[in-house]
Amino acid sequence: MRAATRRLLDRAFTAVSLLAVAALAAALLLLLGPIVTRGAGAFVFRGTVEHRRLLREQFGRGDPQAVARDVAAAAAARRPVYELLARFQAELDAADAATRRKYRAPLRELQEALHTLFGAPPAEGQALLLRNRYGATRWDQAQAALRGVLYTEEWDYSDPTRLGAKRLAPRAEQFRGTTLEPLFSLLEREARAMLRPRWTCYARFLTDRSLDAHFFGGIGPEALGTLYLAVGAMLFAVPFGLIAAIYLAEFAGEGRLVGLLRMCISTLAGVPSIVFGLFGLAFFIHTLRVSSSKSVLAGALTLAVMILPTVIRAAEEALRAVPPTYKEAALSLGASRWHTVLSVVLPAALPGVLTGIVISLGRAAGETAPIIFTAAVSMGPALKPWETLSQPTPALSWNIYNLTTEHEAVERIRHVQFGMIFTLVALVLLLNAAALWLRARVSRKLRG
Amino acid sequence: MTIRIEQPAGSGGGAAATPEHDPHLKAEAFSVFYGDNEAVKSVSLAVPRGVATAIIGPSGCGKSTLLRAINRLNDLIPGCRTRGRLLLEGVDVYDARTDVVALRSRVGMVFQKPNPFPKSIFDNVAYGPRLQGLRDRGELTRRVEESLQRAALWNEVKDRLHSNALGLSGGQQQRLCLARALAVEPEVLLMDEPTSALDPSATTRIEDLVGQLKGRYTIVIVTHNMQQAARVSDWTAFLYEGVLVEFGKTIDLFTHPRNKRTEDYITGRFG
Repeated sequence: MRAATRRLLDRAFTAVSLLAVAALAAALLLLLGPIVTRGAGAFVFRGTVEHRRLLREQFGRGDPQAVARDVAAAAAARRPVYELLARFQAELDAADAATRRKYRAPLRELQEALHTLFGAPPAEGQALLLRNRYGATRWDQAQAALRGVLYTEEWDYSDPTRLGAKRLAPRAEQFRGTTLEPLFSLLEREARAMLRPRWTCYARFLTDRSLDAHFFGGIGPEALGTLYLAVGAMLFAVPFGLIAAIYLAEFAGEGRLVGLLRMCISTLAGVPSIVFGLFGLAFFIHTLRVSSSKSVLAGALTLAVMILPTVIRAAEEALRAVPPTYKEAALSLGASRWHTVLSVVLPAALPGVLTGIVISLGRAAGETAPIIFTAAVSMGPALKPWETLSQPTPALSWNIYNLTTEHEAVERIRHVQFGMIFTLVALVLLLNAAALWLRARVSRKLRG
Repeated sequence: MTIRIEQPAGSGGGAAATPEHDPHLKAEAFSVFYGDNEAVKSVSLAVPRGVATAIIGPSGCGKSTLLRAINRLNDLIPGCRTRGRLLLEGVDVYDARTDVVALRSRVGMVFQKPNPFPKSIFDNVAYGPRLQGLRDRGELTRRVEESLQRAALWNEVKDRLHSNALGLSGGQQQRLCLARALAVEPEVLLMDEPTSALDPSATTRIEDLVGQLKGRYTIVIVTHNMQQAARVSDWTAFLYEGVLVEFGKTIDLFTHPRNKRTEDYITGRFG
């Protein structure tokens, strides 16, 4: 091959590699961008007066006087709205039957839309469900709710060759010429005064319990549940995995039985996680009866079995990579084989072992399928450590799926979904970063 | 090629001991097999007490294998077995009742490449004594200092005993390994080409140390450097393809080799 050709091929190879790396980075950005921006929106957003009232009444946080002033100012701004409504209602009561029939449905729709925006009207008593008690707590939601008040959705079927088209029509049209007509321009003008949006950092989103099926509040039980499950899985997987890895790397030799064992471990690593979930249900809950039903313990055990092959493999590789001269030196000084492994080989292999452990930890935190059958519930309180032995828990991975598919108001809790995804991704990235840091630290210490 | 024989002045037992009476180590028709391959073939020799004995021979002649058989480090290699007897103070090392751990604390070893543990200098030297159950801090410190002094390393490291051993130079690392082996207080010291990874000045220091240490310890040193064997050892064994070709006092072996192959090897005709 001529030198020029060779150089060309070298360049082409470099170009392809760079391209692949760039594509990967772009894909990652494409994925992480929305997660970060929208996920951060669960923590930092423009909160309305409803948000502050909720925090005060449900969590007892915030300065009572300041919140009371805040609420009073908003109520004062809203008073004309309710006055107009009351006047219109009075006129309607006095009007003839045909007029009453004409406005009955539009009025009810309007009242419902206003309810979503402002919460229960002052005349009504305390609503039973929190979602009916409080209005829009976030300004972005409030704006959507305001659109719902100002406009009605209509479907245009005039063109038979096409699907029906959605069209927004001003709701004011329905009430043209009535007492209510000025209501809409008033709302449009004074929405800010009525809701008083303000930039808020709701850091306790991470630790707060959820209120009324995630309509309000945070993701505390889910985040804690994920932590319990991941750490619990580690408590089982790390000791067993390490012992197995030490056996395989240092004591097993190369017999046929050991070969079979290795093959089993490799196969185990490739088993779909849903199968592990079923196995966990059948084995840990039905056969071993570690708990009467789903529990964090059963879920952690299932996750542990799932990540065991990864832990074993990473640890075995790390142990094998330790120079045999260390072992020889220790043995020649009169150390037993076990003592050699514990005092010399294992410390030297620690960086690699740690990496394997933390990668598995990230995987355990993110897995959904194994915990569906064994540990996860959609709704539940944050557990005390001892309750994990018998109680199931909500967990981020499962609830992300659950809230985006099965919740009754998927659109209204988008911020919760993204907040959960963001938290999970941040958790896993944080764990990986911690692993890198720890690894660097340990290797530096070993290198001297 | 001629080889100058320099016996270090003031060395221990020197030529006074004869291997026949009171040998420290004795091989009797001793063979080592790797699977079906006989790496050491029916070797018989008696290593005298308190002197340095060199094992020389071309690469792959089985000299390291023979050395590592003495502290049973070959046990680690799957498929490795022995035949014949290898006696330490008259007791067979390969006897079923032998406690391998106890044996290795009587027979220290320094390896081809410096292999300090990735621990502090202190912890490296204290590793052996701690294994023996020495916990007392003062006693441990004393033992570490003594060992480092015997290995002529104390002055260089006394101010940084707790820094990582891997920060030392190659020559220092090898002397640290020597100190680590000495700290166990062995009676026999095995050295497997201890200077092959070192520069000339570090090599000289190790060789000087061998000269100082024999007498107190019985030293068996494997080397492929004939000048080194001539410089440091009192007795020399020449191994060729697993067979012990010649064994005698170093000065005799190098000046009047009885065997043709020994002569060819030491004059550099092969090897």
